[in-house]
Amino acid sequence: MKSFAALVVKLGDSSKTNDKLEALANYFTLAPDSDRVWTVAIFSGRRPKRFINTRQMTDWALELSGLPRWLFEESYHTVGDLAETIALLLPAASIINNNEQSLSAIINNFIELQTADDNSKKIYVTQQWLQMDYHSRFVFNKLITGGFRIGVSQQLMVKALAKVTLQSASAIAFGISGRWDPAVTSFARLTSSASVSEDPGKPYPFYLAHQLAEIPEALGPTEDWQAEWKWDGIRGQIIKRQDQLFIWSRGEELMTDRFPELHFLQRVLPDGVVIDGELVAVDNRSLSEKIFTPAAFAVLQTRIGRKQVSKKILADAPVGFIAYDLLEDAGKDCRNHPLSARRRRLEEILSTMDSNRIQLSPAISFSHWQELVDIRKQSRSMHSEGLMLKRKDSIYQVGRKTGDWWKWKIDPLTIDAVMIYAQKGHGRRSNLYTDYTFAVRDGERLVPFTKAYSGLTDKEFAEVDAFVKRNSLEKFGPVRTVKPELVFEIAFEGIAASKRHKSGVALRFPRMNRWRKDKKPEEINTLEDLLALLSLYGQ
Amino acid sequence: MSLIQFTEKGLYCAKGDFYIDPWRPVDRAIITHAHSDHARPGSKRYLSHHLSKGMLQQRLGTISLQTIGWNEPLAIHGVKVSLHPAGHIIGSSMVRVAYKDEVWLITGDYKLEDDGLSGAWEPVLCTHMVTECTFGLPVYTWQPQQDLYRQMQQWTLENQSNKQCTVFFAYSLGKAQRIMHALAPLQIPMYAHGAVYNANEALQSNGIALPQVKHIDAHTTKKELASAIIIAPPSAVGTPWLRRLGDRQEAACSGWMQVRGNRRRQHVDKGFVLSDHADWPSLLQAVEACNPTHAYTTHGFTESFSRYLREEKKLWSEAVKTQFGTEEDDQHITESDKTAAI
Repeated sequence: MKSFAALVVKLGDSSKTNDKLEALANYFTLAPDSDRVWTVAIFSGRRPKRFINTRQMTDWALELSGLPRWLFEESYHTVGDLAETIALLLPAASIINNNEQSLSAIINNFIELQTADDNSKKIYVTQQWLQMDYHSRFVFNKLITGGFRIGVSQQLMVKALAKVTLQSASAIAFGISGRWDPAVTSFARLTSSASVSEDPGKPYPFYLAHQLAEIPEALGPTEDWQAEWKWDGIRGQIIKRQDQLFIWSRGEELMTDRFPELHFLQRVLPDGVVIDGELVAVDNRSLSEKIFTPAAFAVLQTRIGRKQVSKKILADAPVGFIAYDLLEDAGKDCRNHPLSARRRRLEEILSTMDSNRIQLSPAISFSHWQELVDIRKQSRSMHSEGLMLKRKDSIYQVGRKTGDWWKWKIDPLTIDAVMIYAQKGHGRRSNLYTDYTFAVRDGERLVPFTKAYSGLTDKEFAEVDAFVKRNSLEKFGPVRTVKPELVFEIAFEGIAASKRHKSGVALRFPRMNRWRKDKKPEEINTLEDLLALLSLYGQ
Repeated sequence: MSLIQFTEKGLYCAKGDFYIDPWRPVDRAIITHAHSDHARPGSKRYLSHHLSKGMLQQRLGTISLQTIGWNEPLAIHGVKVSLHPAGHIIGSSMVRVAYKDEVWLITGDYKLEDDGLSGAWEPVLCTHMVTECTFGLPVYTWQPQQDLYRQMQQWTLENQSNKQCTVFFAYSLGKAQRIMHALAPLQIPMYAHGAVYNANEALQSNGIALPQVKHIDAHTTKKELASAIIIAPPSAVGTPWLRRLGDRQEAACSGWMQVRGNRRRQHVDKGFVLSDHADWPSLLQAVEACNPTHAYTTHGFTESFSRYLREEKKLWSEAVKTQFGTEEDDQHITESDKTAAI
């Protein structure tokens, strides 16, 4: 495992993309086959089921270190990563075992131990710890706890694999997508132009867009462009191959079982068809109509993550699919056809279906860019996030690319609030107060209504961190209450009523839009302002 | 009344009417070392170690400064005061203050490992110890410096063979000179950023021998710097100044590099956990060796360290508030401070 650990260290520490790429390529050239496969699996978020929980790991590490539990916890809050905290606190290895097992051998141990008793698990883990150096321990712990965020994007790994195997990046991206078992898949098969006959459920990598930064006029003549609503749901891919139906999310999660109301597609879709689109909640009142109306994202949220769907939830939060694009037609990859042709075929396919649970994303007709500017303003009332602009002759690319597709999202909602609690962050933000809770004013009272972690520059975070360290009022475990002094503009994409929150509202994707150094805490928005936004834009 | 009090202006001995590392101007200040969070301007009279003279004069301007050696007690209004090697940076001292049966030791910053430059730390028996604990958590346990030096040398040679220069970011006073010493055996040309060069000059004026290092100025060419070693202050990270260096690898050298997230935040290629502060085992060892009945913790993880001393070592202990709030490090505040003299 030494070489894998060295790779992880290099990727985590290096600040240059080229150095990372080189480290990955070197590793993929030299590592044994089974290790290469597991590395691809781990770096793309596939990992074996946990065989112990974090509580067990913590207890065993405490026992070996002889430290009091509170000190372990203080250390953890500062380090911000459990695997790393344990690796740092364990006593130094007595004898480093240089004949360490390979990555795949260790993962096989994990899989075997899934059915073992707790004592055998403990003996295994503690013995491994006591034979490893710090880096191997850290990586070993990371493999157990999962969540391998090590500073490498999927895109970078694809690039490295393409370099090593002399294949195109898009072929690699397709090869490693979907469902495959690292225990039985060979590296050659993973990186060869995989055939769908072996795996009918294999999804295509999604084509993603960047936010339009300039005025739309810069895109050229309007007749070259197609405009659609940017629907507010989760991006999905529906596949019918070999008479089977598969529904994938953009996060490459297979979600077929979660949406029984779409299972009829297995009967009505022609075989060899892959459709890209948006899974959205359907407004109940529109269920009897020919075309459904999407409901707020908050409704869909009650369905995501729910593997068992009751009759009640099916009735309360029905789901539909808005189709954007056709990626495979009659068993043939058609991503290289122009969008206009793909869309024509998609329209034909959908027109043969008599269903109000799948519909084509309508193209918005417009002849001047200014017209579209006005149309975009209606986005929120349409339960859409804005517009999508696609060049009519564009092919369906892999990953996030500029040029042919643009998202043109509406401005977020904002509210000015004061920071009242702070907590140290994780990963890159270890030992820095970066996770904040914000409040609005309600008379003399401050009412907390949201947390936010992002939106500031490193420099600003350092500044706020220094403020928190000097202005803490009380300490509750890892949380500090701070003097309510710093005002931030909080931006968010949506607002919904919530019984779980003191303020009565829940925000979607809240973040710090800017630090309002010009504002005093007396000048922040009130609870009334927040509730007014709820009644305007809430569901 | 206690011999030493914790006041608005800093640690104060009323009996002797002097302060130790005060953060506001006072009549008489004893300075543990020349880092700017300990040595502040504006006081009428200063007392410090001989080896701090050059740096204090460079940083504080014309001051009334008396210097003494280690273990040379003097009496101030009947209070016995002496300095003892702290091992933190060149000239750094712990201050022993004694009157009748009460013996206080104010450590300033210290480390137990002898770096060959700063003087070897010596235990000082006392009744009351005011100890720093910048790294007062058990996750901060350092490797022996010889191992670190070997890793730094090896990495520098690797970069040299790749025709890249090697940049080390380190505090201009203390860490920079330690790195120069660590890498001198490689016999690769060494260059310094202005802040580091200035610190070197001040130290040399005190008679301290340092390896030869050239100043990077407007005339230095990229060609000269290719494959060289460059030492710059942390404030130079990510600045346009680095562009004149050409193809390079960059490393940060600090105890904070122990934690991965911190390392990744630095936007450098490598982090070496090279610290001039005591690590967790050293802090415990120091308290044990000085054997106080009362231990006050200051700077850093004060609450955790004093709780550990109370609960696990059964020692009376309390965290002291410093100007920088109740606990945590002051790494962000002092970083720019220490390198202001570019």
